Amino acid sequence: MNNLALIVTVLIVMAVAYQLGLTRSKSVVGGGQRLHSRPGYYGILVALWCGVPTLLLLALWGIFGNDIIQFLVSQQLPPETAAFSEREMLLQMRRIAALASGQNVSDPQQYELSAAAQQARLESLGHLVLLASMSVLAVLGLVLSRRKITPDMRARNHVERVIMVALALSSGVAILTTVGIVLSMIGEAMNFFRFISPADFFFGTTWNPRFSTSGDAGQGEFGLLPLLWGTLMVSSIALLVAIPLGLMTAIYMSEYAPPSLRNVAKPVIEVLAGIPTIVYGFFALIVIGPFLSGLGDLVGISIRTTSALTAGLVMGIMIIPFVSSLSDDIITQVPKALRDGALGLGATKSETIRQVVLPAALPGIVGAFLLAASRAIGETMIVVLAAGNNPVLHANPFEAVSTITVTIVNQLTGDMDFASPQSLVAFALGLTLFVITLGLNVIALVIVRRYRQQYE
Amino acid sequence: MTTATVTVPTAMHKSEQRSDSHQQGQVKMSTRGVKVFYGDSQALHGIDLDIVENEVIAFIGPSGCGKSTFLRCLNRMNDTIPGCRVEGDVTLDGNDIYAPSLDVVLLRAQVGIVFQKPNPFPKSIYENIAYGPRLHGLASRRAELDEVVERSLRRAGLWDEVKDRLDQPGTSLSGGQQQRLCIARTIAISPEVILMDEPCSALDPIATAKIEQLIDELSASYTIAMVTHNMQQAARVAHKTAFFHMGDMVEVGDTDKIFTNPEDQRTHDYITGRFG
Repeated sequence: MNNLALIVTVLIVMAVAYQLGLTRSKSVVGGGQRLHSRPGYYGILVALWCGVPTLLLLALWGIFGNDIIQFLVSQQLPPETAAFSEREMLLQMRRIAALASGQNVSDPQQYELSAAAQQARLESLGHLVLLASMSVLAVLGLVLSRRKITPDMRARNHVERVIMVALALSSGVAILTTVGIVLSMIGEAMNFFRFISPADFFFGTTWNPRFSTSGDAGQGEFGLLPLLWGTLMVSSIALLVAIPLGLMTAIYMSEYAPPSLRNVAKPVIEVLAGIPTIVYGFFALIVIGPFLSGLGDLVGISIRTTSALTAGLVMGIMIIPFVSSLSDDIITQVPKALRDGALGLGATKSETIRQVVLPAALPGIVGAFLLAASRAIGETMIVVLAAGNNPVLHANPFEAVSTITVTIVNQLTGDMDFASPQSLVAFALGLTLFVITLGLNVIALVIVRRYRQQYE
Repeated sequence: MTTATVTVPTAMHKSEQRSDSHQQGQVKMSTRGVKVFYGDSQALHGIDLDIVENEVIAFIGPSGCGKSTFLRCLNRMNDTIPGCRVEGDVTLDGNDIYAPSLDVVLLRAQVGIVFQKPNPFPKSIYENIAYGPRLHGLASRRAELDEVVERSLRRAGLWDEVKDRLDQPGTSLSGGQQQRLCIARTIAISPEVILMDEPCSALDPIATAKIEQLIDELSASYTIAMVTHNMQQAARVAHKTAFFHMGDMVEVGDTDKIFTNPEDQRTHDYITGRFG
């Protein structure tokens, strides 16, 4: 019986338990007594008592069962395997597992075969134990909770608590994921800083990691500054494009556009944010890059096809909806009383917007800018294709640059050796990026929140 | 009145010309057959009213009777409401304010408005007052602007309370002070008519008394039309009162007469508290 079938079975049992609880609750009342809750709640409660512990057990077995079996099997291996390195041991256990599941393995040793047989035995035994204990738990939960049903039992309140716990657990998943990612990045970044000192990383002006898989610490230079500079340059160009265009779009949409136009145009603008960034990337590479280069020839400036300008321009177009959509919402939130005040004094519409509405909405709009900025800094695909990947410190936007995100991609493609600084640097870079965008997001949220309070 | 006509014959001639509309003063604003529609629903069914110069006229009536809508027709604030349509004639000094050639921005400088909820701009007290004069180029130099600000705040009775903190945000004032700030802001653009849409409904009784006193003082130099829910307030400050009911203006007349001897049964019922 595989796990899916098990889960379905448990669900069916839960349905039965629900019915049992329902009929039981109806039968315990009599003689003018009233149930505390509606019968359905007793049914749900019995079903939960029956199903939740059972499913939890299944989940625990799913997480730890394999490790337990592996541990037991590894205890039985001949003593010479104790000298194996971690990696060789892993390989050894994989071979045994493959044998146990009936696959062919090249040149199987005698001890491997016997270990495989033991593993297969343990697996089927574990499965049986699991099945038995699940059945016992289900029946116990069903019988005990069904017996506990009395007219006074507050089943509704119990179910309420269960729902609260379920909701809290769900939100916990997102938070724990974030914490887990940060912790693992910090851990790996620490490993990187064992090879390269933080000062060399954060203040180094040369990026030249060399192609090395030997993990030789002396090789390569890992200066962050050229990448950080490239990131800032591309993002600044993007914001220079997106902020004016986005803000003007927002003002037009919220203040001038007739509702019929707004209903069509707003979703269309928001589609810009939904276009896959890889599509933007080759749009930049194939259309914008050559166009800018040709334009440069016309004016007499040398503009490379792949440059900070190309990537920044296209990225700016991509983040227009982030600026316009948020600013639009914020401008719409400015109370009508303020507009009326200015209009009532004889201000024209654009005077009202420039002198009263925008100043009132400014904190929120700045928040929108910062969110767009953090999006621009973290953007990868467009820069991979259109920025030219040239990690050199220079101030010319018409030349190729490289960014933090592009470098992470470069360091993590091809052969990876997570013992060498060449790969580990990706975590340090990722952490840097994360801290920058996190900082921007926090500032943006604080500003937006302060703005909201102003008008509540 | 009659003694004045004896001593000044020319004035008598003028007052005779006006006598068909009202006993004293000149008609400042006049509406004929004003109908207002919000989309398909009609909010006003043809209002004929004359507003006389330097008078305070109060619009009273139950909620939803159209009195605020009518007030907002007088400086075309209804233009800002999508789907709102105004029919009929509204004139200011005999000029149609809905004429295509009329500049609505200039109209609103002549007919200022104070709203129900105090709505100071998120700027300093000084900038709140200076905003209108700057907009209309009423003061070119800083000293002139300072003078306009001080004069407007003095007229609104707020100067002594705020003169030491003109650079603080207008929103830092109390509700009553904010409303007087808004009145000062309106005075600063030297309007001829001031519209007030329930100016005291968000204020406590003491702040209300101050605003009422202010309205009384302002009526010496401005024509004031106000909407109020508070009948005692209308009785206290208004020279004339108009009673609105379900989109119609039922009755208009001297405040004393409306409150003591109304002609229409509905007016009588409303002021005696039988409905509304």
